[in-house]
Amino acid sequence: MTAVSMRGVNKKYGNVVALDDVSLNFAENRIHGLLGRNGAGKTTIMRILTGQGFESSGSVEVFGQRPYENADVLSHVCFVKESQKYPEMFSVHHALTAASLLYENWDPDFADSLVEEFELPLKRRIKKLSRGQLSALGVIIGLASRAPLTFFDEPYLGLDAVARQRFYDLLLADYAENPRTIVLSTHLIDEVSDLIEHVTLIDAGQVLLDEDAESLRSRAVTVTGPARAVEEFAAGHSELHREQLGGFLRVTLSGAAPEHSPDDLHVEPVSLQQLVVRTTQQAADERTASGATNNKGTRR
Amino acid sequence: MDDGRPLFLQIAEQVESSVIDGSLPEETRAPSTNELAAFHRINPATAANGINKLVTDGVLYKRRGIGMFVASGARDQLLERRRQTFGEKFIAPLLGEAHKLGMDAEDLKKMIDAWSDET
Repeated sequence: MTAVSMRGVNKKYGNVVALDDVSLNFAENRIHGLLGRNGAGKTTIMRILTGQGFESSGSVEVFGQRPYENADVLSHVCFVKESQKYPEMFSVHHALTAASLLYENWDPDFADSLVEEFELPLKRRIKKLSRGQLSALGVIIGLASRAPLTFFDEPYLGLDAVARQRFYDLLLADYAENPRTIVLSTHLIDEVSDLIEHVTLIDAGQVLLDEDAESLRSRAVTVTGPARAVEEFAAGHSELHREQLGGFLRVTLSGAAPEHSPDDLHVEPVSLQQLVVRTTQQAADERTASGATNNKGTRR
Repeated sequence: MDDGRPLFLQIAEQVESSVIDGSLPEETRAPSTNELAAFHRINPATAANGINKLVTDGVLYKRRGIGMFVASGARDQLLERRRQTFGEKFIAPLLGEAHKLGMDAEDLKKMIDAWSDET
């Protein structure tokens, strides 16, 4: 079952193309990583999927229906935004009560234990909360809503490493008990790379990668060693990156590594974060290259 | 945890190691998918893949409604398998490094004897 399906979706803000022919699926009851640089289009995708914006063209389905102004769908969706705003005069308690009325799967006991876990003062007004406490409130609402489709868009602003780790642990434990579709959008790829089952990488409004995390893990290797040996090894593989220091060469290659590598070469796996960085850089380079030829064309 | 190989294989190997060193005796309950996921901070589906591999290999078996248990004879089976791969995994790289340093197999044997005496 797919929770989310986008087919050939375009989104324009005036002349700006935010999404360019995006097609993706989020399978049900998995943790998805929605990755990409700032301005890549991640938030636009999440806004469209949660009915806070609409596509310029293409088809969008959430649980089989178009989400825009569709209460059936939206009551099953929770969207925790980056720098989420709650009414300033609300207390933490008010915000949690409002959320409990909104989400049919809301678990009040779980919410209480999360408030304790993140040491959030229930009676304090929203406007008096620190940045980290505001983020904690968003995280609590996202988790306790138990919505069948939950988006966390960079929910960490102001959360320290300890609180983030707590969030990951709580998310994993609760997801194991109550499987649901979770979409994590984040720049902290190293922190979530073992949590997510599926990766969608967006760049410049397009989908660059849409694959299982496990298959991406063995996707690329970094080979370091004497330049000639590395060149020999690299022949026939597609190259993502290259650095040279004197006679020493380091290349990042995509495609599975041969089982037996020569002794004088150092072959290392590439982390998901490195793979995302390299893939995005490569796409940017290709864009500049094709952009340059296009300009030549128009000048004639 | 990361050495580039699929995570579920690493999970399976860790459970195997516990069986081999005796901390997870035969016919006792093995960690559940969710326990493994929480402990290693990995996706439960990945942990489940690791468990499934162990079941397929006959290391674990399922007791309905209770959980996964270590099979009888699992330890011997694992020892046999690890001994078979010992050469490829440890001896080959050892010889390779020794060769680089200009030592032959004879030198290595002497070195191993010397070290065994010390420990």
